[in-house]
Amino acid sequence: MTDMAQPQHWRAWLLSDRPASRRQARLGRAYAGWQRFTTNKLAMVGLAIVLGLVLVAAFANVIAPYSPVEGGDLRTERLLPPSAAHLFGTDDQARDIFSRVVYGSRITLFVVVLVAIIAAPIGLVVGTVAGYAGGYLDAILMRITDIFLAFPKLILALAFVAALGPGIENAVIAIAITSWPPYARIARAETLTIRSSEYISAVKLMGASPWRIVLRHIMPLCVSSLIIRVTLDMAGIILTAAGLGFLGLGAQPPLPEWGAMIASGRRFVLDQWWVAAAPGAAIFIVSLGFNLLGDGLRDTLDPKASDQ
Amino acid sequence: MTDALAVNNLTIYFEDFAAVDDVSFNVSAGSSFGLVGESGSGKSTVLRAIVGLAPSSGGEILLDGKPLATPRSKAFYRHVQMVFQDPYGSLHPRQTVDRTLAEPLAIHGIGDGERRIARALDEVGLGKGFRFRYPHQLSGGQRQRVAIARALLLEPKVLLLDEPTSALDASVQAEVLNLLEQLRRERQLTYVLVSHDLAVVTHMCERLLVMQKGQAVEELSAQALAARQIGTAYTRDLMAASTGFKRE
Amino acid sequence: MGESHATDARLSKPLLEVEDLRVSFPSRNGPVEAVRGVSFTLGRERLGIVGESGSGKSQTGRAIMGLTPPHARITARRLAFAGTDLMQLSARERRSFRGERIAMILQDPKYSLNPVMTIGQQITETLRAHSNVTRAVARDRALDMLEAVQIRDPARIFGLYPHEVSGGMGQRAMIAMMLIADPELLIADEPTSALDVTVQLQVLAILDRLVSERGMGLIFISHDLRLVSSFCDRVLVMYRGRIVEEVAANRLNDATHPYTRGLINCLPKIGEDRHPLPVLDRRPEWAE
Repeated sequence: MTDMAQPQHWRAWLLSDRPASRRQARLGRAYAGWQRFTTNKLAMVGLAIVLGLVLVAAFANVIAPYSPVEGGDLRTERLLPPSAAHLFGTDDQARDIFSRVVYGSRITLFVVVLVAIIAAPIGLVVGTVAGYAGGYLDAILMRITDIFLAFPKLILALAFVAALGPGIENAVIAIAITSWPPYARIARAETLTIRSSEYISAVKLMGASPWRIVLRHIMPLCVSSLIIRVTLDMAGIILTAAGLGFLGLGAQPPLPEWGAMIASGRRFVLDQWWVAAAPGAAIFIVSLGFNLLGDGLRDTLDPKASDQ
Repeated sequence: MTDALAVNNLTIYFEDFAAVDDVSFNVSAGSSFGLVGESGSGKSTVLRAIVGLAPSSGGEILLDGKPLATPRSKAFYRHVQMVFQDPYGSLHPRQTVDRTLAEPLAIHGIGDGERRIARALDEVGLGKGFRFRYPHQLSGGQRQRVAIARALLLEPKVLLLDEPTSALDASVQAEVLNLLEQLRRERQLTYVLVSHDLAVVTHMCERLLVMQKGQAVEELSAQALAARQIGTAYTRDLMAASTGFKRE
Repeated sequence: MGESHATDARLSKPLLEVEDLRVSFPSRNGPVEAVRGVSFTLGRERLGIVGESGSGKSQTGRAIMGLTPPHARITARRLAFAGTDLMQLSARERRSFRGERIAMILQDPKYSLNPVMTIGQQITETLRAHSNVTRAVARDRALDMLEAVQIRDPARIFGLYPHEVSGGMGQRAMIAMMLIADPELLIADEPTSALDVTVQLQVLAILDRLVSERGMGLIFISHDLRLVSSFCDRVLVMYRGRIVEEVAANRLNDATHPYTRGLINCLPKIGEDRHPLPVLDRRPEWAE
């Protein structure tokens, strides 16, 4: 009886209309958001894929049966088709493709997380400051943003990598540098509507400094649309990283980066299709997962929807 | 004796358009002054100019006889506070009542937040149960009470009220008006109330200024208005309109 | 003798019959009833529906008009317009009623006029949708209609976009658009609440004249008890989805229900010195 009542009790506590503490208010809000999120089945699929990626990356050494960089016997184990011993077959260096795809998830996650950590805050700060300050500062910051937006992303990233030298870290920096401008645009647009609202006027009348208003009152409202946009961009980031890897400017051999793996499989794509297909499918599934998750987050975090 | 607030020949231009044109009035300490007019009369712009949200192009604003610095100082905001019209727009949608009320205290480095917030909520008739709610969990009247509590936390002497009840239901309006009157009595506050509703202004204020298209039409006392001692046709029109529809 | 009897019958037959109208919206915690068993009949008269926000007054108007959001559930023992049961009609038949025989004016012309069409286009569009007239005839009738709502320079307003006119002018254009198809019933939901008080009375005077000239039935929905009682013949007071009282508009001071009395008393009045104002003491039994 009490076992049955317990979950009911927690639900009521979380969804209470009169929370009794800061913690309850915050948890209640999060729980309401989670409830909205779970009603979206596709978003749950996306979340499952992304969680799967994280788990695979975390336990790569447990999951992968072989070493991702050291191959077997080059005379007998090159380009073997998928079998029980080698789930996805082997590549031209006689390496187990399944193990390489599993370890490759670490590189993908590394790229995605680092780009998000670098690019999103830059975009957020540039956008909110430009939007709130207005005038010259706005003009200067937004023209810089425009310059970055004027180049195709991959070409600009290529130029940066060419200047910095090939390698996974430089690829991350290059992608980050090229992906913040849209975030700045979004943050600025949101800031412009928030800036003129009465609750910002009210805080101004409390005597708050512009920095305090931007940091504590405007930024939190821009964050949710930025999270949505970043999540939706993840697929693009993975593809750009893969593209750089494919062109030989990203991760260097023998690192098991998915793009580079497709590049090396290209030569055998007609006879040994599995060499390119496995990393290709991995890129496809993870990109799809991030897109579904982003769509679900948009429904959950949309400030207009969540205030109802 | 100097007035708590004096506005002399205030003029505000937006581009080429005179939103407020040569408006003057004085508010003595502890009294309640009303600004009445229809939309576009410039009545709200006057309030926004006093607190520095709208730029003034000419004239002067005196607080206790002293001209105001632009931008307004932090001390000014402890002396003058404002309550906005739209209770749905004046509270941050992602902040609990607690956060909203803690903000002015944090900005001015006032300690003892726990007790002050609890007392402020008590004073506006909201109990502890409301402290950790988000704005979407409150009704319009409750939100306006939170906005009033926020304005009072800095213990101002002058409170500017910009159509504080026009978005509320009639019965809730009565509750909020009663609360405002009670607070004024208890704290000896000076009010400047902006409204389009003559009945609300005469109920709340001793003196009022009627405005139209940015200009002052006439200043009169609430008693004079009630006794129909009206000097201008426009005020008479407003007065007639406030009694309802008449079939010819 | 026989003829006068027939006229009597036509006059006495109600334009609108509403019996036990209910509108409910699904929510996470089960359905929420916005309108809970509203019944009234309407002849060719001016009926006011008054209530505070959440009283269900607007949802009542929308349900009659057939503009309830699709996820809501409407039930009624009877909802008949001029003898036709509206609940039995298909969506298509319902649409042909709308605009032609029942019209609705909403609160803010800014949101109910199409921003990318000129006012003239919108009025002629409405007319041509319901009757088979040529473009030239439609234009003439639109200009006449704009003149009827006392727009001084109809030809100029005809070519303007909604954002180019003031709120009062926009609301007059809206009235012109709604009345051009000569509906028999007009539902006005807070038609003047977005307008300044002085403009409000002008717009009401226009509405009043048109309604009596054309012999329309009018349902005037508003939160403003004083305004409604000065404009209508009869007033229904709604509270939490129910009608708590019906009063003749000129006998408002004889209202007996404590909610109605409370609504009248809580308004400040010029020349009255009541401090503090009496407030409503809401009783749960009013909602029963």
